Amino acid sequence: MLDISVVLDEIKAQPFREITIKTPHTGTVTFADIRQGDKVQGPQGQWKEKPGTLIATLERERNPKPIYAGEKGEISVLHTELEGRFVEAGTSLAVVRHPLTRAEVEHIILRKALYLFPAPERAKYYFTPDVDKKIRASDAHSVAVREGMELLIMSRMKREVPLHYSGPSGVIYSVYFKYNENIDAGSPLIGVCPQDQLPAIQDVIMRVQTEWTERD
Amino acid sequence: MDNNIEKRIQNLRDRLTYLNDIFAGKHRDNAELLEEKLLAFAERVRAEALEDPYAELASVEDLFSYVERRLEDNITAMDRVRIVRHPQRICLRDILENVYDNFTEVGGQDEYSLDPGMLIARAVITRRRGKKTYTQSVMVIGQEKGHGAEYRNGGSVKPWGNAKARQYMRVAETEGIPIHTYIFTPGSFPIEDYPGAAQQIARNIYCMAGLRVPVIAVISEGGSGGAEAIGLADKRLMLSHGYYSVISPEGAAAIEGHLKAGERATPELIEQCAHNLKITAQDNLRFGYIDRVVQEPPLGARPWHFDFFRHLRQEVLRATDEVVISTRTLPVLKGLAMARIRKPDANLDEMYTRWGLSAAAKDRLLAHRQQKFLRLSRLAARDRRPFFTKMAVATWDWASKPWVRFKYDFYRKHQRRIRTFMEEMGNEWDVFKGRLLAPWRRLTRKLPNAKSDAGSTQDLTALSSWSGEGQRKMWNYLSPRYKIDRAVTCPNSAAYGCLDLWGPDLFAEFAGVCSHCGYHFPMEPEWYVKNVFDLGSVFEFNSEIEAGNPLGFPGFDDRILAAQKKTKSKSGCMTFEARIDNIKLVVAMLMGTFRGGSVGAAEGYKFVEAAQRAEKKRYPFLAYVHGTAGIRIQEGTHGVIQMPRCTVAVRRYIESGGLYMVLYDTNSFAGPVASFLGCSPYQFAVRSSNIGFAGPGVIKETTGMDIPPKYHRSYRALSRGHIQGIWDRREIRANLKQALLTIGGRNLYYR
Repeated sequence: MLDISVVLDEIKAQPFREITIKTPHTGTVTFADIRQGDKVQGPQGQWKEKPGTLIATLERERNPKPIYAGEKGEISVLHTELEGRFVEAGTSLAVVRHPLTRAEVEHIILRKALYLFPAPERAKYYFTPDVDKKIRASDAHSVAVREGMELLIMSRMKREVPLHYSGPSGVIYSVYFKYNENIDAGSPLIGVCPQDQLPAIQDVIMRVQTEWTERD
Repeated sequence: MDNNIEKRIQNLRDRLTYLNDIFAGKHRDNAELLEEKLLAFAERVRAEALEDPYAELASVEDLFSYVERRLEDNITAMDRVRIVRHPQRICLRDILENVYDNFTEVGGQDEYSLDPGMLIARAVITRRRGKKTYTQSVMVIGQEKGHGAEYRNGGSVKPWGNAKARQYMRVAETEGIPIHTYIFTPGSFPIEDYPGAAQQIARNIYCMAGLRVPVIAVISEGGSGGAEAIGLADKRLMLSHGYYSVISPEGAAAIEGHLKAGERATPELIEQCAHNLKITAQDNLRFGYIDRVVQEPPLGARPWHFDFFRHLRQEVLRATDEVVISTRTLPVLKGLAMARIRKPDANLDEMYTRWGLSAAAKDRLLAHRQQKFLRLSRLAARDRRPFFTKMAVATWDWASKPWVRFKYDFYRKHQRRIRTFMEEMGNEWDVFKGRLLAPWRRLTRKLPNAKSDAGSTQDLTALSSWSGEGQRKMWNYLSPRYKIDRAVTCPNSAAYGCLDLWGPDLFAEFAGVCSHCGYHFPMEPEWYVKNVFDLGSVFEFNSEIEAGNPLGFPGFDDRILAAQKKTKSKSGCMTFEARIDNIKLVVAMLMGTFRGGSVGAAEGYKFVEAAQRAEKKRYPFLAYVHGTAGIRIQEGTHGVIQMPRCTVAVRRYIESGGLYMVLYDTNSFAGPVASFLGCSPYQFAVRSSNIGFAGPGVIKETTGMDIPPKYHRSYRALSRGHIQGIWDRREIRANLKQALLTIGGRNLYYR
């Protein structure tokens, strides 16, 4: 059985993700005015329309191409020895150490702790009426699911098909679809956790919500 | 203290704040003097230290009037802008209450309206002749600013507000009552939600170009597109302290100062732009874009100037009467009636003119209005054609009219009958000829070198060879950029993973289209001229008409010269006749390379000429918009008047049966899209083009809204219903031909 607290402790021991910035193709590298240890920004703006901090420029066939940081963080490694050199595609230019945000930590934990039931095809999904009633009356945690249970209705172009749950038994921890919204094939519909683990998960998530400090 | 005195003191205080606001720090000494006098008077009245407070008050009021009259002479253009935007300025509801005898607001009430910025009312005017009273109805349409009512949005009307105005114009047309429009707008609200700011204004202008009832417009604040949306009128009056302009002085300053988003123009620059744009009533009267100026009291009319409302009522009645009388045909009676109402001391309330028009009079009314707009701004463009050319063109125009009449109005109408008749005659003639020549044929057939029929039989039965289209090399014209020795990154490469494109490939063989995602890099106007139309079929006309600097905008002559040198073209509009697979058509091309493709007097002139040429020759008319940034602001109202002018020309062309198509490429924005381009029933776009009313920077500045990237993409215009289709650049020629054949039909694209 998975111990959630251990997972959290592991994340706490290394509260960041390392993103390696690689060259998309061959070319000559010119680094922007940055140094190891500098803070960089990811794409910004309401629609992420402004690119992140410029890391380097890669020039091939007189076509300079800017390479931007994809996430917020700190430059932990910068391969300055490549400055002015011709490199192959996939060469690492820098490593950005991205401090994990609360949402990301939560996402990691839930991905380990929950069984995610995927959508079989792109469609709109609803709970069956009795499940829906139960969720409305209390909350999703009260719904126990088991293999072969008729749980959802898949509605595609107004044609409705019942969908049977397959996977480990447990209770619904979280619901990932919204009413009247199309879900792509393969994306999760619900997250299921074993009944006895529910308090532990809730506790850890609560701890993440309250204790995790986001660094800039 | 007397309540009356308190009220009058309050009124004086308002006048003082107004004076301070509109001069924005200038004439401080005058304001201080007035304030001092007013305070002293108020104090003494409160202490009841005055014997005759009314007499004292009158003298203070006289002083106020005196100072106002004196300051009136030094009003600058920017002061006028501040006057019309002041919350104490008269608004449309004041006019409805004081100029008309009664009214009912329709299409919404206060904030419970589709768009509170647009106010529509059915109003009534009562007039008297002798003992008999007459009640006349009008439809009043105009922007309502309100006295500081925030929900009115300062008279900045949203697209659906303009749609509402158009709806009630149609109602007035059905009812046969005149329309009075009052223009109180700093500009239209530049959002692209359905129906889209630009497209709705275009529909409004197109509608007004053919309204069969008298339309009178009164301009107080005439801000560009928003003003034109209800401004195409038979008579345009203007309040003496109003302004009528292509762009707000702030907007002009932002463009002139090359400001980036978020930066503010300095007050001096704004003041200078306001002066240079020539936005005042007197300027516009001189240019001929308005018919009369309605004099306001010193420093502008405010709601308590009841004399002004009386004056305005007289002017509006006079204008309506004049329009109605001008449609009459009996010269003597018309002249007499005109003279009577034009007398300066005439009391129009004591006269009566029927406002209803007969069908023939409505035709004349429409013709007058259209001719009036077509005549405007001719002198603002430099026509460098030699005198003899002009004369020859005019003479040819005049001389060819009977032939065109015969060909299209007579021959085409009776074509089938004439053709049947001619065919029968031909048959008879052939039979007759056969009999006549039979002996001779018998003789020649026996000769040894007689031809056999074998060759012609083979011609009829063999397959045609694949020549023509396939044999042509791929493009007739290559962009000079194909010589660049470098690779180019597609802007969509992050999203679609497009590989780099090798410049010489991209700009030659690929026709500037990304071979992976289909992104269209902008190409030169020449590319289209040479590659879309049949080789060697392009015949340019009116190329000598030059863009100029009609307002004498400082430093603008040089910029026009530089643009002319760069593009080797005299104006931003190239008009030519061309063929696509032997289908003849007239094309007006707005070139994005000439000052952003902005439209000024010369471009408008050429566009109108092209539409008229297409009408006369019965050719389809294509407006190819390589790019347009809007109306050329440095030409002021000479530019903005092209919106109604060109739309009138287009409407006349369409109504005479022509097929008018628009094809957008690269970026098409503002005035032209909101008038003569947007009104076309068939509009298409080339991929990766942007279509809209105002660019992202202007939207951010005027509305404070951030707009998402790709807000102006042609695909959005397509889903909104603005355009009818999106074409690939490489297939423009084929698509154009297809459209001409299917939309135009077999009768050569002409009804």
